[in-house]
Formats: sequence, structure tokens, C-alpha cells
Amino acid sequence: MADEPLRDEVSTERGVDRLTEDPVAPVVDAMAAEESEQDIEQEVMTINMGPHHPATHGVLRLIVTLRGEQVLDLKPVVGYLHTGIEKSCEDKSYWKVIPFVERMDYLSYFFNMEAFCGCVERLLELEIPDRAKYLRVLHLELNRIMSHLVWLGTSALDLGAVSLLWYCFRQRDNILDLFEMSAGQRMHTRYFQVGGVFEDIPVGFEAKVRQFCGEMPRRIDQFEALLDRNEIFLRRTKGVGIVSRERLLELGVTGPLLRAAGEPWDLRKATEYLSYPDFDFKIPVGTVGDGYDRYRVRLQEMRESVRIIEQAIDGLPEGPWIADDRKVVLPPRDELSTSMEALIHHFKLVTEGFRVPPGELYYSIEGPRGELGCFVLADGSSKPARVHFRDPSFVNLQAFRDMSVGGYIADLIQNLAMLDPILGGVDR
Amino acid sequence: MPDAPGLELIAESINEVRDGTVVETSFEHDRAALIVDPEGVTDALRWLRETEGQSYTFLSSLHAADYLPATPRFAVHYELLCRDRVERIRVKALLDDPAAGNGSDALPELPSCVELFPTAEFQEREAYDFFGIVFRGHPDLRRILMPEDYVGWPQRRDFPIGGEPVLYTHNEVEAPRWFE
Repeated sequence: MADEPLRDEVSTERGVDRLTEDPVAPVVDAMAAEESEQDIEQEVMTINMGPHHPATHGVLRLIVTLRGEQVLDLKPVVGYLHTGIEKSCEDKSYWKVIPFVERMDYLSYFFNMEAFCGCVERLLELEIPDRAKYLRVLHLELNRIMSHLVWLGTSALDLGAVSLLWYCFRQRDNILDLFEMSAGQRMHTRYFQVGGVFEDIPVGFEAKVRQFCGEMPRRIDQFEALLDRNEIFLRRTKGVGIVSRERLLELGVTGPLLRAAGEPWDLRKATEYLSYPDFDFKIPVGTVGDGYDRYRVRLQEMRESVRIIEQAIDGLPEGPWIADDRKVVLPPRDELSTSMEALIHHFKLVTEGFRVPPGELYYSIEGPRGELGCFVLADGSSKPARVHFRDPSFVNLQAFRDMSVGGYIADLIQNLAMLDPILGGVDR
Repeated sequence: MPDAPGLELIAESINEVRDGTVVETSFEHDRAALIVDPEGVTDALRWLRETEGQSYTFLSSLHAADYLPATPRFAVHYELLCRDRVERIRVKALLDDPAAGNGSDALPELPSCVELFPTAEFQEREAYDFFGIVFRGHPDLRRILMPEDYVGWPQRRDFPIGGEPVLYTHNEVEAPRWFE
């Protein structure tokens, strides 16, 4: 019978044999024996994560040392998005630098513009009109909300809450519509000029902003409702990635990360720039400094930004929106056909650009991720001799190791999401 | 911001700790700056950080600049911040170019401040990467933004923009086997 394998009895018999003995059991036993020998010591692995990884928010590469799922060490490797913007700026006249610096941190272009323009204005000792200050604040705060919305959508996506991305991007689109209305572009608007802003806001902009401000707090409530009782989200963020506030300060971390650890430090309150002293707003701070606090602080910041926008649109002063210094600011378009002087000024400004007296200055503002500083070295010509950006993403990234070592690799993803680095800003 | 007389007092006190540390003070655009000898930069920073009544404990930014026609040619700027009084002060270490005139590839050096301000780690690496300024005692001084095998210091003023030819098929013959 055994020689006739096609017969039914044979196959069933052998099949039964196979099923009764568990094929996995001996292997598991062997592994267990080996494990007890090694005293549960697992192999230490160094693995490469990124630069093309969906959860690294760009092209961040991480060299992670793991034991099992536990992170033992971590080294960020940056530079994959380095485009030499700072070097290119040295070859452009001051007003042509603005579109360059906007593209560093591509989610906070208004902030980059303000850091650069504010720095040059201080070098020129040029005072900007009140209306320009208010319009700048208005756009900066819209930008802050926009940047936090992208952070919220993508971070929730990293933690498995896919639907939130679409809600956040819908709101973000409303803000981009507003930018398109006032500046003509949705992103990288080049709206801020040295001396003020490019143009006054158009008719209907105010109503649209008010409509947005009315809607946004409700939307933030909805985002919270989606996440605040989400068991997975809470478990993944609460108590994860805690770094003490002293250590964060040593590492130079600023922005929502520092505030989540309980340090009420915000340059909008601490220093006086633009028209922030005119507005009534609060600085949200956390208590524990874990991922959940970072999320709460950012959501509350969006609410405060809405309040600032409302106050800015209510108190928007009348008057010019750009300084009246013809050596720096382009003359109005209508004067070009009637005034020879205006034409000469226009020609000089467009061809050569304005000259900035020799000097150097560091000017910093509160960006959505922390202290955004701009250093400009002027040598008296119409081109800057050096433009340097102190980008908060770049500096904050140093805290990533402290946040993640000792935790699990899944927490590393959460920490990175809550750290919110923008690689365009890191690599510049 | 310390005012101009306050800045002089700070400069004197630092010079008492280590003579010749502060070379000059400057006060422009309402910003105070101490120009220091590069070898004494950590002494100046430590004094500013740890002295009672100063406590510039936060290093906002560290960056380098190249003042090419001038000598000393390089400067490293330390933007310090005292968060209690919201005062900023800049410490500027001027560095000579050791390669000037002799064609060597010696690099300017100064001591690292990473032990005082751990935040300087990335920023010192950046200054090294772009200007070739060596920070002695830095735990891990490597290039950070440029590729590891890159040759040259791209943000020096004498490094040409477009110094690296872009390869197209028509000039491929000039750089044979470029893809290796």
C-alpha cells in the first residue's frame, strides 16, 4: 500500500500525522532554551530610518540603535534638503532675498519674511507705519494657525488618526484662500517688504477674515473632540517623550516644546516687536511636558492666534501700509507716469536695489516652532554680506535624542510628530 | 540690553578674570556686543553665564561670518540672552585666517562652548561645515549639512557661487566617469 501513493488512504494517513504533531513547537522550545541561556539579552541593532520615510516629515534620516523595540541611541542626519539659500542670498540685492528666505521653512514663510525684513529695517533704522505692523501681525498669526494645522493633521496621521488630516487641510485651505486674496499667492507670498507690506488688503478681505475667525474656534473644538477621547491617541502621547525644562533650556529649545514643559517663554510677550503689545492674548503652558501637553499647547495657541487676528482686524489703523522712504520703498505705480523722480527711484531700486549702511544685527521673532532669528551682515552695498537664519527646527532637533532614548520605536514616531521639525528650515 | 556704560563694566570685569579677553566693545542699533579674543571666548561666556546679576544662561544663536577684505577675517557670534531681564548681548570672537598669504590649508581654531551651552553642538558643526572654523573640544565635529565627503568651505566669501559645474550631456566629456 505504501508504494501506491495516489491511493486515498495513504495521503490521509500521512496528512493526519502531520497535523497531530505541532511543527512550530520544537522551534519555540529551542528558542526559549536559548533565551534563558542568554538571560533575555537581545541583539543590539543599528538601523537606518529615512531619509525617505513617511513619518519623518520630510527628509530626516535617523540612525537608530535598537535592542528589540527599545531605542538605545539615536543620531539625526540632516542636510538632504540643503540648497545653500544663505549663500545664494549673498548674491542678491536685499529686496530679492525675500523670496529666498521664504523658502527655508516652507510652512512659516511669513515668519521668515518678517525676520529678514525686520532685521533689514532695523539696520536701516526705518520705522514702518502702524497699519503695516497690524497687517503683518494679522498675516503672521494666520500663518501660525496654518502651520499648526499642518502639524496637527500630519501628526495625527502618524499616530493613526487618518481622517483628521482632511479636516485640518480643509481649514488650512481657507487660510491659503485669505493669503491669495491679500497677497496674490497661496504660499511663498512675498507680501512683506522692507518698509511695510506690498499692498493694502482688498475689499472683502476683512469680512472673510471675520468669517474665518468665527468658524475656527468651533473647528478646533471638533479636532479636540476627535482626539481627546481617542484611546489610542491618549495612550501614545501621555507620559511619552518627557524632557525636563532645564534640559530643554540647555539644549536651546524654544516655542511650544518649551512651553509644554511649563516655561512661559514667548518672544511676542517678552520682547516688543510689531504691534504685539497692543493685543490681549495668553501664553498657554503645559505641566508635564509630554507629547500630550505639546498637542494641547499648540491647539490652545491656535485659539489665542484667532483672538489676536480678531483684535488686529478690529483695531486696524487707517493710513499707509508701507513707509514713505523713496530710497528704500518702490514709488506708487501711478506716480511713474507723472513724476520723473519717481521713475528714477523706481529704476534705481529695481536695478541696483537699496543700500544698507554697514552693520550687523540679529533680530528674532516667535515663529510657530520657537525663536526664529535672522542675522544680517551689511557691508554698505546693495547685497547682504551674510544672511543667517537661526531656525528653531534645527536647534530643537537636538532635543530629539533626549526625548526618545529609552522609549520604544513607536514612541520615537510620536516624539518626532510632536517635535514638528520642518526639514526645509533645518537644512536651509 | 546692557547700556553702553554697563557694557564697559562687563568688559572690565571679564578682563579682571582673564586679562586681554575683551578686546573691544561695540554698541550699535541698540545692541551691545563684546569683541573678544578667541582663546578667551569660553572664559567670557562662562563669566556672563555664571556671574550673579548677569545670568546670560540662554544661547540663542551661534553663527559665523566672513568679513573677507578685513583682518581678522572671521568672526563667530554668540547671541546670549538673559531670560529674566530679557536682555541680549552678543559676544563676537574675531579669528585670523591662518592660511592667509601662505597657501596652506590651516584652519582657524577656537575652543568649543558645547560644555557651557549644549545647544551649540549643531550650530558649531554648521559653522565648521560652512566656514572651516574648528571648535576645539567639540564632541563630534563633522560636517552637518554638506555631504561628508565634500571638499571646501562653501560660505566663505571667496568660495564662488556656481563653483561646482552643473553636468549636462554636452559637458559630460569634461568630467569623464563623473558618475563613479
